[in-house]
Amino acid sequence: MPWTQVCYQYDGSYSGFLSCVFDSYVNQEEPAEFRTPEDMCCSLYPLRTVETNVEHAKRVYRSFEKLGREGRELAVRAYLTCLPERELWLWRFLRLGYAQGRKIGQNLTDPVVDKVRKAVWHLEHEAHQYKGFTRFSDLSGVLAGEIEPKNRVLPLLCPHFCSRYPQENFVLHDRTHCEALFHRPGPNGWAILPVADFQLGPADGTELSWRRLWRSFYDTIAIEGRYNPKCRMTHMPKRYWAMMTEFQEDYGAALPEVHALPFASKQSIIPPTQT
Amino acid sequence: MELIDKLNILADAAKYDAACTSSGLDRSGRPGTIGSTSLAGCCHSFSADGRCISLLKVLMTNVCAYDCQYCVNRRSNDLPRAAFTPEELCELTIEFYRRNYIEGLFLSSAVLRNPDYTTELMIKALGILRQKYRFGGYIHAKAIPGADPLLTHRLGLLADRLSVNIELPSSPSLALLAPDKKKEAILTPMGQIRDGISESKREIAVYRHAPRFAPAGQSTQMIVGATPESDRHILTLTQALYDRYQLKRVFYSAYMPVSPLVPVPQDFQPPLLREHRLYQADWLLRYYHFRAEEILDEGQPDLDPRMDPKCCWALRHLEFFPVEVNRADYEALLRVPGLGVRSARRILTARRVGPLNFEGLKRLGVVLKRAQYFLTCSGRMMQGLQVSQDSLLRHMISLEAPALAEPMPEQLSLFDNAV
Repeated sequence: MPWTQVCYQYDGSYSGFLSCVFDSYVNQEEPAEFRTPEDMCCSLYPLRTVETNVEHAKRVYRSFEKLGREGRELAVRAYLTCLPERELWLWRFLRLGYAQGRKIGQNLTDPVVDKVRKAVWHLEHEAHQYKGFTRFSDLSGVLAGEIEPKNRVLPLLCPHFCSRYPQENFVLHDRTHCEALFHRPGPNGWAILPVADFQLGPADGTELSWRRLWRSFYDTIAIEGRYNPKCRMTHMPKRYWAMMTEFQEDYGAALPEVHALPFASKQSIIPPTQT
Repeated sequence: MELIDKLNILADAAKYDAACTSSGLDRSGRPGTIGSTSLAGCCHSFSADGRCISLLKVLMTNVCAYDCQYCVNRRSNDLPRAAFTPEELCELTIEFYRRNYIEGLFLSSAVLRNPDYTTELMIKALGILRQKYRFGGYIHAKAIPGADPLLTHRLGLLADRLSVNIELPSSPSLALLAPDKKKEAILTPMGQIRDGISESKREIAVYRHAPRFAPAGQSTQMIVGATPESDRHILTLTQALYDRYQLKRVFYSAYMPVSPLVPVPQDFQPPLLREHRLYQADWLLRYYHFRAEEILDEGQPDLDPRMDPKCCWALRHLEFFPVEVNRADYEALLRVPGLGVRSARRILTARRVGPLNFEGLKRLGVVLKRAQYFLTCSGRMMQGLQVSQDSLLRHMISLEAPALAEPMPEQLSLFDNAV
């Protein structure tokens, strides 16, 4: 007998979603839609409101072991993607996975697996690009950066930046999803927390001079005879540019003079015989 | 001189070095240090010429004792000269690194006084960076040909990757354009670095804390289009470098005329397409199990500008095809145009679950418009596909034509030298 189609309402958290999976199996129901309190509107399907139950969520999470290594990774990461109706696709993926077991990670030609795999690839690709394209500013000793990703990349960026800057205090703000990664030196000194209103203070003169140095390096390193804007855009789409230091020119006049640099040196190692 | 002027001069002098990769080494950051490296490397920006900016690519100094005609820093060239002090360079690297502008430092240098003195300066700078700042990011250092082997060894203990530029693909060309450099002077440090790397690997197998010598391997670069060598010559040389010197990468750099002494034709364009084709062929050598003599032979000494080298090979070896997707081994799959390393791996994975068809291949990311002519799925070609050898060549060329920057005069001779 086919499972009844039902609209599931939950609180929008990952454990909330896992509780939905639990309840759908208990009640033998197939979710036709997932709704969170934000996008609630009337639905043609009967509505079931699922209370988040951490115990149920943990059980479902542990059950991902059945999907094998690749399948488990897809199941965990798919929730972070920006795939439209990602809960529905993920639910279908899990249903298939519980039926097929470890094979699910290899069944790349299945439409559901394909959809989830491509979404996860997009997430991982975006996270990889942000590893390079994120820019930090030193604001009185704390490094602060902002990104505007399509997917929720912070959990993927976290191990990278924590390993890169073990001795730094830093904040990385995700504008799209209103979350921020906070880090301070020490074991487990990080957290990803929702932030409602995120404002960065103004940069001081030292910071501006470093930015200016970087922009001048960026402009110098290109070879004029090989100018190829299309190639640059392919590798670094324009949506990243807004947050990148090398394309920000709004403070040209406010820059301090170069001799104000903290370490402008007078000595030179050029021997006197050379010109 | 202010730091920004030095940076401009020394980055400008270093920009003709093609290598800017931060790959080949996985090292996570440890408490008390700053920096990590990742195996795949990381691009932090792309400059207006579309090349990746991964490392802070600068020269220690552009004051040079040599007079190489192809090089912008040659002694006889009248241009502003500068040099970083080791402290300046370290602070620049660390502050850029903290702001996530770069993945590390690429340190090269013109030959100041003599190779030994230059190498000592570089060692001093890298030593401060590693020991005082405890920098764990990527460092790519240029070994200076002619420097004392012990100094090069010390440089390799501080850097992750070492490189020696081979500059030009043959010794007559070297004698013509770089009279101060000899082939032996370039190959000797290369061999020395190779031996250092393999010895360091042996030591690490025995003592876990043995010092690591250039753990990300070595690379080199040569200039293409300045001298009359054929692509075949260049590829054979490349392969020999991979085989004999265990290089990680060989970079090609399209010749940009930088000296008024070397006459160039009026409408000279840097051979960018040729460089692109050489990189494609280089990939075939490194990842696709091809050999240089398969890609080009005496009858065909140059790569076809109209088509990528793998397509060319496929059209010359139609007897190898069609390849059966559900049975062929990895090497055979890699030879199919339109199939890359990733899609070939996915095919291996997906066919364990069930037989593949053309729709499934599309899902796996296979470029069917290229691959369809060379594949069968369970013994059947793609439906409604008709091919003759002639139309295949034309079709393959037309697939690539829109991607090429401009229509090429060679296209006129398209039907004369059909394969």
